[in-house]
Amino acid sequence: MAMFKRSDTDVNGAETLVNVQDFLRKKKEGKKNSFLKKLLKNKNLGDVFFERLTLLFAVLVFLLVILMVWEMYSNSLISIKKIGWHFLIGQTWDPVLRQIFGALPAIYGTLLSSFLALLIAVPLGISVAVFLSELSPGWLEKPLSFLTELLAGIPSVIYGLWGIFVLVPWLQQTVEPFLQNEFPNSPFFQGAPYGYGMLAAALILSIMVLPIIASISRDVLRSVPSTQREAAYALGATRWEVTKIVLGNAKTGLLGAVMLGLGRAIGETMAVTMVIGNRPDISASLFSPAYTMASVLANEFTEATSNLYLGALIELGLVLFIITIIINIMARLLVWGVERRWK
Amino acid sequence: MKSKLFLVIMIAVSLGAFSGFSNAQVKLTGAGSTFDYPIFSKWFDAYNKMTGVQINYASIGSGGGIRQITEATVDFGASDAPLTPDQRSAFKKARGTDVLHIPIIIGGEAITYNLPNVGSGLILDGPTLADIYLGKITKWNDPRLVKLNPGRNLPNKSILVCHRSDGSGTSFIFTNFLSKVSPEWANKVGYSTAVNWPVGLGGKGNEGVSGLVKHTEGSIGYVELAYAITNNLPYAKMKNKDGNVVSVNFNTVTAAAAGASKHMPADLCPIITNSPGKDSFPICGFSWVVVPRHIKDKTKADALIKFLKWAVTKGQSDAEKLYYSPLPKSVQKLDLAQIDKINK
Repeated sequence: MAMFKRSDTDVNGAETLVNVQDFLRKKKEGKKNSFLKKLLKNKNLGDVFFERLTLLFAVLVFLLVILMVWEMYSNSLISIKKIGWHFLIGQTWDPVLRQIFGALPAIYGTLLSSFLALLIAVPLGISVAVFLSELSPGWLEKPLSFLTELLAGIPSVIYGLWGIFVLVPWLQQTVEPFLQNEFPNSPFFQGAPYGYGMLAAALILSIMVLPIIASISRDVLRSVPSTQREAAYALGATRWEVTKIVLGNAKTGLLGAVMLGLGRAIGETMAVTMVIGNRPDISASLFSPAYTMASVLANEFTEATSNLYLGALIELGLVLFIITIIINIMARLLVWGVERRWK
Repeated sequence: MKSKLFLVIMIAVSLGAFSGFSNAQVKLTGAGSTFDYPIFSKWFDAYNKMTGVQINYASIGSGGGIRQITEATVDFGASDAPLTPDQRSAFKKARGTDVLHIPIIIGGEAITYNLPNVGSGLILDGPTLADIYLGKITKWNDPRLVKLNPGRNLPNKSILVCHRSDGSGTSFIFTNFLSKVSPEWANKVGYSTAVNWPVGLGGKGNEGVSGLVKHTEGSIGYVELAYAITNNLPYAKMKNKDGNVVSVNFNTVTAAAAGASKHMPADLCPIITNSPGKDSFPICGFSWVVVPRHIKDKTKADALIKFLKWAVTKGQSDAEKLYYSPLPKSVQKLDLAQIDKINK
């Protein structure tokens, strides 16, 4: 009706406008009423409530992250102000007497040990996944999958104990002397073979992230539609060629699996602390003891007596958090890049 | 049948609740030193059976104990290192009263090593030990070690130095000793609960260090005596300040404390490393219970006073079974006088 009025008389523009507004308001109210009516009639109040509730929880998770960052930032303000950039580039860690806090060795140790662990675990983990989802006979697949998942559930302190009692003596007496004999001039195998050190940490981390990478990769490979495989076989593709096609389809998911593994490696504390030797040094040699950020926190938090010391440790936690975020963002970008190329 | 079972359960539960009430007259809480924990749990259990006073203790480390008693979240703290002047003034500012240190038990440290075919009782002296930890002596057959151990066949093996990676009173005592016997250590490294170690591997906790030593040939480390004994690790004899070679045991550690108690400072916070006396073992130290001088809650204060008096006298008889060394009589007397200062 309002539309009619407007097209009818252009002279009474103001009146028309009022009428239009009135019309819209009424229409809105009508909608609201009908919405409420609908609500009561269909009894989907529960649906609405549930939707709001889940939304609340989703927002809470986000708020929690913000709160964590804010707490870490405000508690480490004292050390951020006093130490500044030296915290990230300094190499001396003398927390009580001279109060020098250089976290570079710990940052370096965290990144290097995680990188080495992935270097070992990614090819192994994806191979396990390929075998389980593509090649394994049915009777073998179930128990193998179960064992892989079991490996993921073992507490890290057990890995640490295994590291001390089995891995370290083996490295010390067999592996490290062998490597030193074979590659006497390599910078990676210098120093006395203690067993404890970067190599032990990287190996134990690789064993810990292997089941995560393997079991998620297996799920990802399984979710590739079987029509893809059937089509490839129909065209006369060999098993290896089909596997390649499946892997190509699953690229994004596999990258996600690797990232989850990396997340565990970066944050792993107990097992690493037990075998890495806990020494804040930067050395190219894999035999020399090193330190990671998580280990520093585990070792020193209880006895951090001065405020600056406590602040520095919390700042270390903040740095760890930021590094994790940066790696996640990089992974996301990588995934996008891969997807675009795929299209 | 079912209802009967229910009834029995209800009775059991209500009885439990009642007995809980009757025991809950006085409850004390403490936090701090992990070193003290074994004897504390023994004491608290025995004392609870005797008097009904319930004491809960969180063994979170000395630094944590100092923080918690300063923030008044516990009734007493326990620490293997006395409060620093900064910590004392922070305590006074936060609590409005002075802090009292009460020596509660003594612990000796074993210098342990892993040298097959050498056996226990290798002889070391302070300066040599300091140079090992400075990285200046790197081989077990170094002339200085050979000279200290005539007749022993020391191997041509690298020395692997092991130390604590976490902050600890054990490190405080050990580095304090090295600072007293080696000017170079005092200048370069100094002493505290955590230092910038010149060489070596770090292990978390006494169990970490004893693990490192146990599994690595050629290693040397320092641990609380209990860990060396229970892990069957060999440990060294030390040349003390008077030039005598002594082994670490309850007698030599208590002797060191007795030697120090002749010149006891008023705050009862002597550091007894390298103390004089022909039987004194040089690497040992007191552990302290830390309480505020004025405690507002009178019932709690009375309970705490009674317990502490019991612990520093009768309680000391439990020490040796748990590989601690008991307080010498002279220190017990000083302790009782110190405890009497609470709320006076």
